[in-house]
Amino acid sequence: MAGARVIPLHGGAEQARQRRTRPQVEVVPEPETTAAVEETAAPDWERRLADVLAFARRRIAGDYQVDEFGFDQDLTDNVLLPPLKPLYEKWFRAETIGIHNIPATGGALIVANHSGTLPLDALMTAYGIHSEHPNQRHLRMLGADLVFRTPMLGALARKSGQTLACNPDAERLMSSGELVGVWPEGFKGIGKPFKDRYKLQRFGRGGFVSAALKTGVPIIPCSIVGAEEIYPMIGDIKALARLFGFPYFPVTPFFPLLGPLGAIPLPSKWYIEFGEPIRTDVFGENPAEDPMLVFNLTDQVRETIQQTLYRLLTQRRNVFLG
Amino acid sequence: MTPKVVLVTGVSRFLGGHLAARFAANPEIERVLGVDTEPPPRDLLRRMGRAEFVRADIRNPLIAKVISTANVDTVVHASVTANPAGPTGRTVMKEMNVIGTMQLLAACQKSPQVRKLVVKSTSAVYGSSSRDPAVFTEGMGPKDLPSSGYAKDAVEVEGYVRGFGRRRPDVHVTTLRFTNFIGPRIDTVLTRYFALPVVPTVLGYDARVQLLHSEDALAVLERATMHDLPGVFNVGGDGVLLLSQAIRRAGRINLPVPSVAVPTVGGLFRSARLVDFSPDQMRFLNWGRVVDTTLLKTEFGFTPRWTTQQAFDDYVNGRGLRPLIDPELVAAAEQTVLATAAKLR
Repeated sequence: MAGARVIPLHGGAEQARQRRTRPQVEVVPEPETTAAVEETAAPDWERRLADVLAFARRRIAGDYQVDEFGFDQDLTDNVLLPPLKPLYEKWFRAETIGIHNIPATGGALIVANHSGTLPLDALMTAYGIHSEHPNQRHLRMLGADLVFRTPMLGALARKSGQTLACNPDAERLMSSGELVGVWPEGFKGIGKPFKDRYKLQRFGRGGFVSAALKTGVPIIPCSIVGAEEIYPMIGDIKALARLFGFPYFPVTPFFPLLGPLGAIPLPSKWYIEFGEPIRTDVFGENPAEDPMLVFNLTDQVRETIQQTLYRLLTQRRNVFLG
Repeated sequence: MTPKVVLVTGVSRFLGGHLAARFAANPEIERVLGVDTEPPPRDLLRRMGRAEFVRADIRNPLIAKVISTANVDTVVHASVTANPAGPTGRTVMKEMNVIGTMQLLAACQKSPQVRKLVVKSTSAVYGSSSRDPAVFTEGMGPKDLPSSGYAKDAVEVEGYVRGFGRRRPDVHVTTLRFTNFIGPRIDTVLTRYFALPVVPTVLGYDARVQLLHSEDALAVLERATMHDLPGVFNVGGDGVLLLSQAIRRAGRINLPVPSVAVPTVGGLFRSARLVDFSPDQMRFLNWGRVVDTTLLKTEFGFTPRWTTQQAFDDYVNGRGLRPLIDPELVAAAEQTVLATAAKLR
C-alpha cells in the first residue's frame, strides 16, 4: 500500500525509553543530593507532582504503548519498579558486579541460579539491571506457566515484561534485541531445601541454550548470592502443596509459625555477579541442531555459575553483613 | 491471473457485501455473484451495483448448480462468522459455518472451472490459553481447543479446506486468519462490547487484543482474490492494546467481574440482547491473542494501513462514542491542581 503507516513497536518503545532516560541519566550520578533537594525546594516537588498527574492522565485516557508480549513500560517504570528500590538498596543492600558484561544494546540471554522459596532473586536482578545499567535496560524474564495461569499475578507479570518460558517467545524477544532473563533450574532450584543451598540443580533440557544459539545472542551467566538465606526452607508439606496446586509448600523457621510475619524475608546481604558473555554466534551453520554442542554449552554455563557462587561464598564472611 | 467470474458467500453481512461491491466496481471482473440466505440490507444492495444477488443456502446442493452454470472461476468464502444472528442463532451459525463450508467445497471440487478459493478464517483457530506462546505464527497449533463454539467451527472449516486443497491441487487456496475486526461501520460482538457504558471484564485478567480495521480486512480479501497468493496467512494490525487500555481509550468504565460470576453476568447481557459472548470468546477476554504478521507483509505483500491502536481510535471516533470520563475534564483538573500548587509555592 502506498500510504501505509507503520508504527514500529520496538522502535517506538526505544525512542520513548531514550526520551525518558536522558533526563534521568543526568540526575543519576548523585541520587542522594537530588532527593535532599526535592524535600526542601518547591520547584522540584512541583515537577514531581506534574509527573504524577501526567502519569495519571495517561492511565485514565489509555494513552500508552504496550508491546506484543503485553509489556507496559509506562506502568513498570512508574509503579512497579520503584517499590523494589528500598528492598534492593536498604534491605538486601544488593551489590551488582560486572554490569559492564551486559551489552549496551541488542539481545542477550542472562542465565542465573534460582533460590529463595519466593522468586525475589528474579525481581532483584531485574531491578538491579534497570537501576545500575547505563541504558537502564529492562530484563524480560521467562516465567513458569503457573505464573501466567494465576489470576492477577499473570496479568501483572505480562505488564512488567515477563512472558511464558517457551522457545518461540524467547527467540522472538532475543531477535528483537531484548535482554532476556532465564532461571533454568525452575521450581527445583527455588524450592530446594536449605541444606542444599548454592548447589545448582539440573538445568532443564538446555532449551535456553538452543534459543540463544538460534538467535546468536551472547549468554551471560549470572550468580546470585544471598537469596538462599531469605527464607531458609527447612521443610515441605507435600499434602498442602498438592491441595493448593503449588509445586511445594515451604516451612521456614518463621512460616507458617508466625503467619504473615513469616513472609518477611531475612535481611541477608546480596551479591549479583554477571560473568563474561559466552558468544553463541561462532559455531557455524545451524548450531542449535547439534545436541552435543547444546549439552556442552549448558554445562559450561552451569559450571561458570557454580564456580562463581563458590568464589563469592568464600569471600563472604557473614550472611547478613557480607 | 485476474478472475472473471467471482462468487462471494455471506453478502448480506458487512465483509461479504462490501467485498462484492468492490468487485462490482472493478471493470476487469466480468461477473460478480453474491450468495446468502437472506437479502442484504437495502443500502448495502445499492452499493453492490452490478453484482448479482443469488438467494441460496450454501448448505444446499443447489449451490453446485450456481457455480457450474455461471462458470465461476473464483470463490470467496466470507460467510464463516462468529456473530450469531440472534439469541438462539448459535446452532444455526454452526450449521452455516461447518456444513455450509463442506457443501460449498464439494461444489467447488465438482466444478472444473474453479481456479481459486479464498477462505476467511480466524485467528481463533489458535485457541487462547495461559500456556500459549505470546505470539502465534502460522505454523503453530492450539494447545487445547474448546470442545464447542466458533473456534472449533473454524478449525473444522480449515480442516475441510486443507482436504479440498489436497483433492484439487490445481486450485489456489488462500486461507486468511483474521484477528478481530474493528471499525466505524462493522458490527461485531467486540464493537457492541466496547459500546457498552460499563464494560464487564474478568477480574484478575487483562487480555492482549490485536485488531484489524475492517477496511484493511476488505483490502486483504480483495488482494487475495485479484492475485494468486496461495497459503495460510495471519492478518492483523500492528501493535497490541490491553483490554483495560482499550476500554479506557473508549472512555468506558471497566467493571471487573470475579470469574465465578462471569457466566451469570454473561447470561444477563445475552438475555438483555446487549452482547452475546460464547465461551471461547470469554476465554479470549481472559488471555487475548496476538498473531505474527511477517508472512502477510513479506509473502502476501500487504501491510495494514491502520495499527491496532489507530483502528480502535477510528472506531471510537467513527461511532461517536461519547467518553463517560471526558479527557478534557481530566486535563483541566490536572491544570487546576498544578496552578494551585504553583500558588502554594
